[in-house]
Amino acid sequence: MARLNVNPTRMELSKLKKKLTSALRGHKLLKDKRDELMRQFMNLIKENRQLRTEVEAAISEANRYMAVAGSVMQREVLESALMLPKQEVELEVKEKNVMSVYIPEFTTKFRSGDTNDIYSYGMAFTSIDLDGAVSALNSVLPKMIRLAEVEKACQLMADEIEKTRRRVNALEHIMIPDYEETIKYITMKLSENERSTTTSLMKVKDMVLKENHKFH
Amino acid sequence: MYKAAVIGDSASVSGFAALGLSVFRETKPEKITKLISKLAANDFAVIYITEPAAALVSDTINKYRSSKLPSIVLIPAIEGNTGEGMRALHDAVEKAVGSDILN
Repeated sequence: MARLNVNPTRMELSKLKKKLTSALRGHKLLKDKRDELMRQFMNLIKENRQLRTEVEAAISEANRYMAVAGSVMQREVLESALMLPKQEVELEVKEKNVMSVYIPEFTTKFRSGDTNDIYSYGMAFTSIDLDGAVSALNSVLPKMIRLAEVEKACQLMADEIEKTRRRVNALEHIMIPDYEETIKYITMKLSENERSTTTSLMKVKDMVLKENHKFH
Repeated sequence: MYKAAVIGDSASVSGFAALGLSVFRETKPEKITKLISKLAANDFAVIYITEPAAALVSDTINKYRSSKLPSIVLIPAIEGNTGEGMRALHDAVEKAVGSDILN
């Protein structure tokens, strides 16, 4: 703990006392912020993990179908079947403020009203596995969008938690002890000065009295 | 209006084309890097990228980690799941909590 480099005056003392009060208050607030962020973060992480497992499983399944479709059909036919999509996904992005972390919220909009209207090809020249792949992907799409949202939120909140934790630690372990020590130092110094003044006054009084006694 | 993109090798991402996501078939690191910055500047809110493709451009992906948009999400490629996407989750926990408390 290092004492701050200040003059031991009453002015500095009252300044430091004010600083200490606000540091203590700030410390308490930041600690609350950190705890609440952490609570929400843990919920999000749980959801994130769940979603990721589900999405990964569904995409792997779609990929399996796709691999089969790719082996049954010619590459070019497969590509051309998917070339002109009927559907188009658009996202509306809103912001949500969680403990002053701005996290995005996505709302999906489809071009065609029927969300099952996804097969951009006739059934005649394509393998049934392609249908399986497309339908598997289509059913997991809402979860994928939610995953994008949650994953971003987790990253942003992790950053904010790290920052807040550092601030809390800096206040708790450096600033507040420093202030307290400096305040103690100034208080001691001031009372020491006071004592020294008192003693010199007593001394002077003694001397003056002695002087006066001579004449009596 | 924002859009969503998928980046990866042709076999892994073709299926997403049918759903109306914008599909980019790229496998070269320089091209993917350029593509990501282009997409980020052009109203793409979500970018799905296959794990092998993401492994090539991890620096670029980390750069967008702390910005609000786009959200870059790793998805398994046709070769299988490498667990890279889950690892990102563990990294976030480690960053926030100080140690990896999942598992």
